[in-house]
Amino acid sequence: MKILMCISHVPDTNAKIPFKDNQPDLAGVTFVIAPYDDFALARAVEIRDAAKGKLTVLTVGLADADPTIRKALAIGADDAIRVDAKPADALFVAKQIAEIATQEKYDMILMGRESSDYNGGQVHGMVAALLGIPCVVPCMKLDVEGNKGIMHREIEGGKEIVEVAMPFVAGCQEPIAEWKIPNMRGIMTAKTKPLKVVKAVEVAPQALVSKYEAPAPRGKCTLVDAGNVEELVNLLKNEAKVL
Amino acid sequence: MEAVAVNNAIKGGEFLIRETKAQDIFIPEEFTEEQRMMAQACKDFIDKEVNPNIYDMDSMKEGFMASLMDKAGELGLLGVGVPAEYGGLGMSFNTSMLIADYVGAGGSFSTAYGAHTGIGTLPIVYYGSEEQKQKYLPKLASGEWKASYCLTEPDAGSDANSGKTKAVLSEDGKSYSITGQKMWISNAGFADLLIVFAKIADDKDLTAFIVERTWDGITMNDEEKKLGIKGSSTRQVFFNDCKVPVDAMLSTRGNGFKIAVNILNIGRIKLGVGVLGGCKSIIADATKYAKDRKQFKTPIANFGAIKHKIAQMATKSYANESASYRAGQNIEDNINALIASGMPEGEAKLKGVEQFAIECAIIKVYGSEVLEFVANEGVQIYGGMGFSEEAPMARAYRDARITKIYEGTNEINRMLLVGTIIKRAMKGELNLMPAAMAVAQELTSIPSFAEADASELFAEEKEVIKNLKKAVLMVAGKAVQTFAMQLNDEQEIMMNIADMIIEIYAAESTILRTEKLIGIKGEAACEVQVAMTKVNLYEAVDKVNRAGKEAIACFTKSDEQKVLLMGIKRYTKLNPINTKDARRLIADAVIEAGEYCF
Repeated sequence: MKILMCISHVPDTNAKIPFKDNQPDLAGVTFVIAPYDDFALARAVEIRDAAKGKLTVLTVGLADADPTIRKALAIGADDAIRVDAKPADALFVAKQIAEIATQEKYDMILMGRESSDYNGGQVHGMVAALLGIPCVVPCMKLDVEGNKGIMHREIEGGKEIVEVAMPFVAGCQEPIAEWKIPNMRGIMTAKTKPLKVVKAVEVAPQALVSKYEAPAPRGKCTLVDAGNVEELVNLLKNEAKVL
Repeated sequence: MEAVAVNNAIKGGEFLIRETKAQDIFIPEEFTEEQRMMAQACKDFIDKEVNPNIYDMDSMKEGFMASLMDKAGELGLLGVGVPAEYGGLGMSFNTSMLIADYVGAGGSFSTAYGAHTGIGTLPIVYYGSEEQKQKYLPKLASGEWKASYCLTEPDAGSDANSGKTKAVLSEDGKSYSITGQKMWISNAGFADLLIVFAKIADDKDLTAFIVERTWDGITMNDEEKKLGIKGSSTRQVFFNDCKVPVDAMLSTRGNGFKIAVNILNIGRIKLGVGVLGGCKSIIADATKYAKDRKQFKTPIANFGAIKHKIAQMATKSYANESASYRAGQNIEDNINALIASGMPEGEAKLKGVEQFAIECAIIKVYGSEVLEFVANEGVQIYGGMGFSEEAPMARAYRDARITKIYEGTNEINRMLLVGTIIKRAMKGELNLMPAAMAVAQELTSIPSFAEADASELFAEEKEVIKNLKKAVLMVAGKAVQTFAMQLNDEQEIMMNIADMIIEIYAAESTILRTEKLIGIKGEAACEVQVAMTKVNLYEAVDKVNRAGKEAIACFTKSDEQKVLLMGIKRYTKLNPINTKDARRLIADAVIEAGEYCF
């Protein structure tokens, strides 16, 4: 069993991100494994352990992503690949993953349903399309039976149980597994595990951010006593001018 | 993985007479990526397993604490101080300090953790025979077995060596029979192994034994009803003709008190750094509350009085953090130097810590009193809600209180640190006498009116530290001259001297940390740290002044008193700073971040 676990290196979800010169100013911001990826990684470790397989973690990013990769190694991945490039857009990232997955055959390619920075949620579908293999999103439970993956998807008003032949792509989310805290021994051995840095394949950018805009500040809020309808109408009419 | 070794030549207590350079100390900002990941894992563990279950823990839900310890064992947290060959991780001293820091946010859990990994496990690590290590350490490192430490007795607390528990050798010479009563035993309710101290025949000193819980003759009282750390199991343990094989003796006969003292040195510094986790969590909660709570249509975080509190909480925590990791690295370097000189590892670790017993006591006292301050102000920021069990502050306040009592009361630690300094000075191990005599000489000379070079970073503050050291050398020197060996009976004066020494160590550590940090990040990025450094020094000078005056007034008279009081005045001079603005700057940074962010 060979598993390719794709992780995104994203700002901590609690981080406040300031903007400078129309760009996010990420200096001093703590980076983490994207939370959906974290759940998927936890399940990937369990599947690898049960099957005595091999778990490779992959990220597209520059050298500053290495600590995040090492955390995934500490949690239990066997080795890692970093495609040495800034993740420009979803197609760029998907083509890098597809390239790696073409060189080395994997039984499953797992990732979070979306990253928590741009929340695009497109990469899994693109990877599957590029490789011509099935894709299941959002995968909330994943079991392996022979050469099949049995997955649960939440659908409108119910649950869908999907059987997919390997290889496949899954965009995962909780409760696929309980996220794991790396243990001390894992942390100490992470630096001894291989981390291969590879060059990115060239992909013309498909999407460019032309501008960032902060939401307008919230307006003043006036509280009106529940019984004072007259005052409410007066304010709506004369101050907010919506009536 | 370990942080780069720094200057290892300094001896324990020597900071009083030797100028330390910023580059010679370790600062927490230098922890490696791997050490940070370990700290984060501890934080995640507390956030995931402890904080959501705080009521189960503090109501002592059956099996909860033991299962928490099992989970900590799975993460490797229980094997931090156990060598790799016995199933542990053999981490460096300062890494184990960092872990204690983060686990410290776990309230009652941190007590259970400390009792198991520190006083419960380390006696075997350092004093166990090879067979004892092979037999017990893998189980303790994994958490399969939990440990506790039975030293205190109803009539033997601070005076631990006066314990009445007896160990009597059997006629066939194969076992000892232990009989006696122990109290305040942490982890007693679920411990599988107990480190028990008892006296054999009419020995002056205690002997230590490893006792397995399943051996006959051990009974326990119910759980104690305590003021705080309610989730920590604390019971009286009775040994009634409890037979232990002779090979369960730890180290040699009569060596128990030494074991107790040496293990407590480690426990003290770990407690001092461990309070940081509590401080940080209180600061985060109190800041969040101050931002959310509105009065007079304004979040109370906008009020100067609240900012003052937040700034003080952060500043004192920063000072404690600076002092703890400085001492931690000194210990680590000393251990490494002793190992390099050929000393066996276990012995080197003990000697390495013992050399810094003074700093261990300083950090225990300073840290626990910082936590007490932070918890008290945390309650105050919450106002009425702070008094309610619904909010986290009441628990934090109660939990904080024990830290001034266990691992040696703060009074015992104050006595101990001053006593150790004087003892080492008398033995010539610490060259204090010439320095004290030079100060006495200087007292009768005309003071220098030269101003410190304002262009040099912290030039004035460093000059102040030099003078504060002179102040304590003056007071301590005079006290020793006056009372000689009877100084131990003048406990009030010993407390005063201890207060001066503690403040100096913390203030100097803070200055050196910030100076080193500025060297790494630049001055512009460190303006809040500079403000904390200055505010902390401002307060330290005040405390040294007061303690010095108080001591002098208690044992000197007439002209001599006047000269000494003039000396205190001269050595505790500090140009005024705008503490209001400095504290607002500090508080605003904490409020903006929503947490202790240094």
